[in-house]
Amino acid sequence: MLEIKNLHANIGDKEILKGIDLSVQAGEIHAVMGPNGSGKSTLAQVLAGHPAYEVTEGTVMYDGRNLLEMDPEVRAQEGIFLAFQYPIEIPGVTNAYFLRSAYNEIRKAKGMPELDPLEFLDLMEEKTKIVEMDQAMMNRSVNTGFSGGEKKRNEILQMAVLEPRLAILDETDSGLDIDALKVVSNGVNALRRPDNATIVVTHYQRLLNYIVPDQVHVLAQGRIVKSGGKELALELEERGYDWIPGAAA
Amino acid sequence: MSSAIESLVNKEYAYGFVTDVESDTIGRGLNEDVVRLISSKKNEPAFMLEWRLKAYRRWLTMKEPHWGNLHYEPIDYQNIIYYSAPKSVKPLQSLDEVDPELLRAYEKLGISLNEQKKLSGVALDAIFDSVSVGTTMKEELSRHGIVFCSFGEAVQSHPDLIERYLGTVVPHSDNFYAALNAAVFSDGSFCYIPKGVKCPMELSTYFRINSADTGQFERTLIVADEGASVSYLEGCTAPRRDTNQLHAAVVELIALDNASIKYSTVQNWYAGDKNGVGGIYNFVTKRGKCAGVNSKISWTQVETGSAITWKYPSVILQGDNSTGEFYSVAVVNNHQQADTGTKMIHIGKNTKSNIVSKGISAGHGSNSYRGQVKILPRATNARNYTQCDSMLIGNECGAHTFPYIEVQNNTATLEHEASTSKIGEDQIFYCKQRGLSAEHAVSMIVSGFCREVFQNLPMEFAVEAQQLLGITLEGSVG
Ligand SMILES: Nc1ncnc2c1ncn2[C@@H]1O[C@H](COP(=O)(O)OP(=O)(O)OP(=O)(O)O)[C@@H](O)[C@H]1O
Ligand SMILES: [Mg+2]
Repeated sequence: MLEIKNLHANIGDKEILKGIDLSVQAGEIHAVMGPNGSGKSTLAQVLAGHPAYEVTEGTVMYDGRNLLEMDPEVRAQEGIFLAFQYPIEIPGVTNAYFLRSAYNEIRKAKGMPELDPLEFLDLMEEKTKIVEMDQAMMNRSVNTGFSGGEKKRNEILQMAVLEPRLAILDETDSGLDIDALKVVSNGVNALRRPDNATIVVTHYQRLLNYIVPDQVHVLAQGRIVKSGGKELALELEERGYDWIPGAAA
Repeated sequence: MSSAIESLVNKEYAYGFVTDVESDTIGRGLNEDVVRLISSKKNEPAFMLEWRLKAYRRWLTMKEPHWGNLHYEPIDYQNIIYYSAPKSVKPLQSLDEVDPELLRAYEKLGISLNEQKKLSGVALDAIFDSVSVGTTMKEELSRHGIVFCSFGEAVQSHPDLIERYLGTVVPHSDNFYAALNAAVFSDGSFCYIPKGVKCPMELSTYFRINSADTGQFERTLIVADEGASVSYLEGCTAPRRDTNQLHAAVVELIALDNASIKYSTVQNWYAGDKNGVGGIYNFVTKRGKCAGVNSKISWTQVETGSAITWKYPSVILQGDNSTGEFYSVAVVNNHQQADTGTKMIHIGKNTKSNIVSKGISAGHGSNSYRGQVKILPRATNARNYTQCDSMLIGNECGAHTFPYIEVQNNTATLEHEASTSKIGEDQIFYCKQRGLSAEHAVSMIVSGFCREVFQNLPMEFAVEAQQLLGITLEGSVG
């Protein structure tokens, strides 16, 4: 589904990603771990198409198509979803309107009919339950004045509504209390299907008790320096990153 | 500036067409004879001519004001045509007699007089160049004793009301443009809501400049008698031309005891091209007087057009417990300049004013908020709240704020909040990541920014306002 080969990316003149190789198949969950500043968010943003990053080398194929040539909104319409590490506030725009617009835009791209506000309300009732979110949040401005945890939940709600094929969760578990962590994990698991895939960026092994990954990768200094099964996460929890060749600063 | 935003703000003006109608136009330039000619063409009573001449003579002694944060080539007042009227509308008895070419012009603007005739909820007066071409829903209104007609008609049918109220809020000598308007104004709308009547529908005027090199000088006078209330909408467009055209209108509102007037404007005059060539110079004096106790006047404006906007809808809070409101969205892009804001003059006790201004600047646009809050000695317990927010799109535009506060009574409470923000690449990217186009994203973010103002527009106008906000930014508010 996703084939990343020798991906290099810069921000300004600074090279952050220095040759990433990663292959994700439909139905899989991949965890990406690694020290602060190693380039995890950069990888996530590059996959989503953030204009601040410049890809200098390498290829990314998504369902056999060149992902790097697609505009960010096309990537989203094609099923790529990024849960932001730092979700963005949009004052004055209600969560409900924002999400309905996004939902309809993606439906339109698929040639499906749009939902009107009433039909969408029914859908929201169902989806807010998955993330145990108060319906009242739908009438507040997007992320504006939300607590850290509420923002993360809101990202998962958006994911639940948009039903992506490839979801990238960038530290969605950071800042969540234990209950919220379960809610988020249940959300991710509930959406799991044989034809979609998830990349979870996290610092905590704990999350992987709930969302069980097929593979765990260690990203350090812009490269994937080690990959393994879910037991790798346990080992990292115990030993940190220093023992891995290429990970030490 | 990202290319997405750039292409968005460079979208073209959709109302730039010219309509081919025969018109009755006088020669260029201004002198006493022109003033007399206009008055006689309108078959005015003597008091009108005298008032016009008084204004004209006063205007001769006045200087064009230059305190606005605006830059433009001097205006040659002798090179302007002061009267132009579509020929065929003279003997107007009913809409069916209106030149179909005119009706088509309005239809193109999305304002169909024929439709409007049938639509409940809005009565419309349409001003084409200098004269009114038709007022719809007259019968329904007259059943309530409401007078809503063109100014010219009102001078004929209700000279007593005109003589009593004309110039009582904006005197003929008020300022350079107001004096010019008083001398040469050719039409406009008049509205009188009798005692105790709540106007059952929105009243609406549509202004259109069509002829080249014509100045448009309309005058609107709205009187809400004791206990009356009315909501009034004004919209404007003009063809695309590469010379600048002058628009110097005056609006006077009068609210007597317990009366309320809500006046909403969506101004989308032609703004000039990308390089700042052409466009309307919009020098407008709008003022309301809360003459009676517990009266209320509320201005809502969405200013998206014009090369230059100079406009300060104000409220004189004379009656005790009266309320003045000003809600404004002003958008400038390319080389547009806006210097707009309000004045709230607190005279009576317990008077309250509320100001919410949202300025959006893109391209090389310059947007200034200029607001005055004045609390006079007798105005005990006066209160003002001012909120003034600016949003910048790109790096070459400007936003400025000029608040003036004068307090002569120490029981007054004043609050002022201001903010400036930049539309963020990150906000746009976030929207795009959710599948929205850049265009949709920008319009959504800007609409969100303007939400408090849009919420004050009547429903049917809110939708139009957002589409127009939309010379560049189409979309809607959530
Ligand atoms: N705009 C920028 N300008 C300069 N450097 C940047 C910029 N954005 C990110 N970086 C740098 O790129 C590197 C990778 O950042 P990134 O956010 O991808 O790390 P991360 O692995 O997600 O870290 P964390 O675990 O703390 O979230 C860091 O050294 C960061 O300082
Ligand atoms: Mg990160």
